Amino acid sequence: MGLFTDIKDSISRAADRLFATDSQKRIGIYGPPNAGKTTLANRIARDWTGDAIGPESHVPHETRRARRKENVEIKRNGKSVSIDIVDTPGVTTKVDYNEFLDYDIEEEDAVRRSREATEGVAEAMHWLREDVDGVIYVLDSTDDPFTQVNTMLVGIIESQNLPVLIFANKIDLDEANVTRIENAFPQHETVELSALEGENMDEVYDKIAEYFG
Amino acid sequence: MAEITASDGDGVQIDLISGERMDSLASMEKIRLILDGVHEGNIVILEEGLSPDEESKLIEVTMGEINPDGFNGIEIETYPKSKTSDGGFLGRLMGKQETKKLTVIGPANQIETLHKDETLISALVSRQ
Repeated sequence: MGLFTDIKDSISRAADRLFATDSQKRIGIYGPPNAGKTTLANRIARDWTGDAIGPESHVPHETRRARRKENVEIKRNGKSVSIDIVDTPGVTTKVDYNEFLDYDIEEEDAVRRSREATEGVAEAMHWLREDVDGVIYVLDSTDDPFTQVNTMLVGIIESQNLPVLIFANKIDLDEANVTRIENAFPQHETVELSALEGENMDEVYDKIAEYFG
Repeated sequence: MAEITASDGDGVQIDLISGERMDSLASMEKIRLILDGVHEGNIVILEEGLSPDEESKLIEVTMGEINPDGFNGIEIETYPKSKTSDGGFLGRLMGKQETKKLTVIGPANQIETLHKDETLISALVSRQ
């Protein structure tokens, strides 16, 4: 493909996103397994609609299907921002059913979960390439952010020209290290929070309105 | 002289694939080349890596091939992106990033990353 065609396609993609204001913007919540994506999605949905999106669990890959909550209206500074929240399965490059056995899950159920988890990751990647207009990338701030999955996913998001906010979750835990996340992705704004405890949610909503409104 | 294959001995086969060879392939051909090698227990090293879109498709196709009785996915490593190399304005405008990055891919149950920084990837490779 020639340089001219590349530039034309890219400008066309950016313009499509820029001027697609009439349709509801879909914001995908992405990140590795167990970062607290569903806890965050539930927190946002409960705060603004009163309903939850899906079950939360400490078992990895609890979310094995992308779930959408439509028409989440966030009010900030006298303005109203309406978005669809898409909670996605945690992205990984490997799934071993033995991992589930450590959580006292029977083998048959573990195999089923691992199959569903692989389908969920593939689904999440497809949503990222085709169906989201912005991304909230959630990281567990007690974990090392310099992983291959994080590097690849942020690269994929950037290549799609999608607006992205990095959320450093779980700051209620003693081992949380937000600076490490800021250093890992200095090209993006990092917002610290605890979705579980509801810490710093005012700034979270300010940034969502600023980036995706 | 007879061709030696990994199954003839105790070693682990390493395929180093040049950027020139990958350039001649379509995206799905690249992904197939990588995953076919990994399924055979090989470590695949790409001189110039994959584009973000190809990495996305690699994850998606890998997920479809995971089997609880055998293949449980891939381990993939590249150097983390340098803070000073963001591809430049034109690259970002075109939705492209610098993709020429050495990439190591292997079966998840055979390769374990010991250390990674912007200049060094250290991995432990075991036999199947």
